Amino acid sequence: MSDTRIAHGESPLDRLFALLGRHRVLVALALLLLFGALRYDNFLGLFNILTVLRYNSMFALTALGMCFVIMTGGIDLSVGTTAALASVVSAILSPMGMIPGTLGGLGVGLAVGVINGFMVTKLRILPFIATLAGMLMASGTALLLANNETVSVSYESGFTGLGQGDFLAIPAPAWIALAAYIYGSVLLNFTAFGRHVLAVGGNEEAARLMGLPANRVKFLVYVQSSVFASLAGVILASQFGAGQPAEGVGWELFSIAAVVVGGTLLTGGVGSVATTLAGVLLLGLIFNVLNFENGMGWISLSAYWQSVVRGVFLMVVVMAGPGTGKGLRRLAMGTKATVGPDGDEP
Amino acid sequence: MLEAVKSYAASPQMQGLSKFLRKYATSVALVLLLIFNFAVTPHFATMQTLNVNLTQVATIVIVAVGMTLVIATGGIDLSVGSLMAISGALAPLIFLSHFGKTNLALGVALAFVVPVVVAGLFGLFNGWFITRFRVQPIVGTLILFIAGRGIGQVLTNGNLQPFKNPSFQVIGLSRPFGIPVQVIIMVILVVVAAWMLRRTLFGRQILAVGGNEKAARLSGIPVAWVKRGVYAISGLCAGVAGLVVVAINSSSDANLVGLGMELDAIAAVAVGGTLLSGGQATIVGSLLGALIIQLLRYTMLANGVPDAAALVVKGAIIAIAVWMQRRNVAT
Repeated sequence: MSDTRIAHGESPLDRLFALLGRHRVLVALALLLLFGALRYDNFLGLFNILTVLRYNSMFALTALGMCFVIMTGGIDLSVGTTAALASVVSAILSPMGMIPGTLGGLGVGLAVGVINGFMVTKLRILPFIATLAGMLMASGTALLLANNETVSVSYESGFTGLGQGDFLAIPAPAWIALAAYIYGSVLLNFTAFGRHVLAVGGNEEAARLMGLPANRVKFLVYVQSSVFASLAGVILASQFGAGQPAEGVGWELFSIAAVVVGGTLLTGGVGSVATTLAGVLLLGLIFNVLNFENGMGWISLSAYWQSVVRGVFLMVVVMAGPGTGKGLRRLAMGTKATVGPDGDEP
Repeated sequence: MLEAVKSYAASPQMQGLSKFLRKYATSVALVLLLIFNFAVTPHFATMQTLNVNLTQVATIVIVAVGMTLVIATGGIDLSVGSLMAISGALAPLIFLSHFGKTNLALGVALAFVVPVVVAGLFGLFNGWFITRFRVQPIVGTLILFIAGRGIGQVLTNGNLQPFKNPSFQVIGLSRPFGIPVQVIIMVILVVVAAWMLRRTLFGRQILAVGGNEKAARLSGIPVAWVKRGVYAISGLCAGVAGLVVVAINSSSDANLVGLGMELDAIAAVAVGGTLLSGGQATIVGSLLGALIIQLLRYTMLANGVPDAAALVVKGAIIAIAVWMQRRNVAT
């Protein structure tokens, strides 16, 4: 593909712009980091980086599960309340130790995922409504189990190590998120299941006719999404020392936003795991940058501005759309009119 | 397939009955719920119960009317809760301002008009953005879902705005002829929207766009403007609902006004029998859907079931209702 393009007379500059356009999330993340590093003293300091990583690893996990669901053309609204439910269950089980607490949390996540997957594939309810029902059920169960209160975790059993501990000077949640994203990348790019996910999202009927197990693929992405969400919930309980039944409100839409910013299309069939992580970090860093900016003393923006900035950011990303690469190239061509016809755009 | 065979085998009377039940499933469910309540729930047959339930459901229905129109075009509007927060934050800002205090009547009048118009303009923005950049409605309205509440919070600096302004609070607290005013607003909106959807050109265009957008475009329907119109209407409805909520509460809290409203409204629309894929819609159905969800919750609370358990049942009911409608379409 790239060879033929060179044959058509594309200059290296064109290819650079096309590359930048394709990876614009990474470019934006790099620019934001550069901006922060140049402007603020401790922005790239160890403490700040580790705090950002520790906190955003939860959203990274929910967004990863969401990314796979969206690639099949679905959506999962239940990730936030599933995380809340898992945080409650793991907090209740935490006196028994880290392993039982974690497994308990993941277990309820599995259950929610099975229910979601059942509703979508067997009852054939639209994913939006099915997972809305799953969201309400998970939230109600969490509140019932916790008696409408936060459940404090045991500090003796070592359960809190999962959220508060470090391994090789890097927070444990960041390691977990990193492992999850490596798993996700491998799953998407190097396994049959990953190709099936994209095929089902691209054209479900065609995938079915080719003999792909479309229903099983869809079922599994919902289960996987809920399990990742419950892992985020276990980290939540462990990190903040409490199972929080009312937490997780709005996580689902934040995760969707991160996936969209990462360049995955909501129509399904296209997606990337790595850029989803970049999307999470971008949205997460906006809050961080806002804090630093306030610390400079020039302006004083309340924390409430972060949602406005995030919204505007999402808007810009969506407006740029999938055609940004072309746009950038055309811009470059405008300044460099000697470039000949490169075959695809007038 | 099997079900189709079964229903052919059944007697003609049974067929007629099942057809009737399917067509009026939401109404039947509502009637059954009412009968159950009259039999079991203590003090159910009182005006007070009626008023409590209707006042609580009114804001959801007002939002659901706009949502039904949006869903009829095959779209969805996630921003309604945030637009309620903006509208609810603006109204007190206007009548508590220096201008509002010196020109009492004008201040209150503006406090009614400006927030609703602003919410409508944000709705128009949703429609413009979705049609201009051809983005999916979920993504297009997600922007204002995130940014909208932030705008409301920034306007008020996140503070609670308590107030006591009887002439403004007419919209939440007054009761002409003993009926809460928001219930009257709700009924008017439902009637007008139902009439519009069935009897006017715009209504037919909405359904045509939702049914087959390409065919609608080819037959000369201004698809983009129809879509902008429904999102603007949805914004206006959210604006009105925001005013009602803050008037009832005698305070405005941008962190809470309309929180989760988008999902409540979508649930009401779905339970009411409107297809989320668009092309077919029933405003009265959305009213019934909202009433069923509300009454179910009331029934459980009045009979000592904890609120959290009611949430689980609500989720199950939404799934069951939509599943049954899907079967109706299939057979």
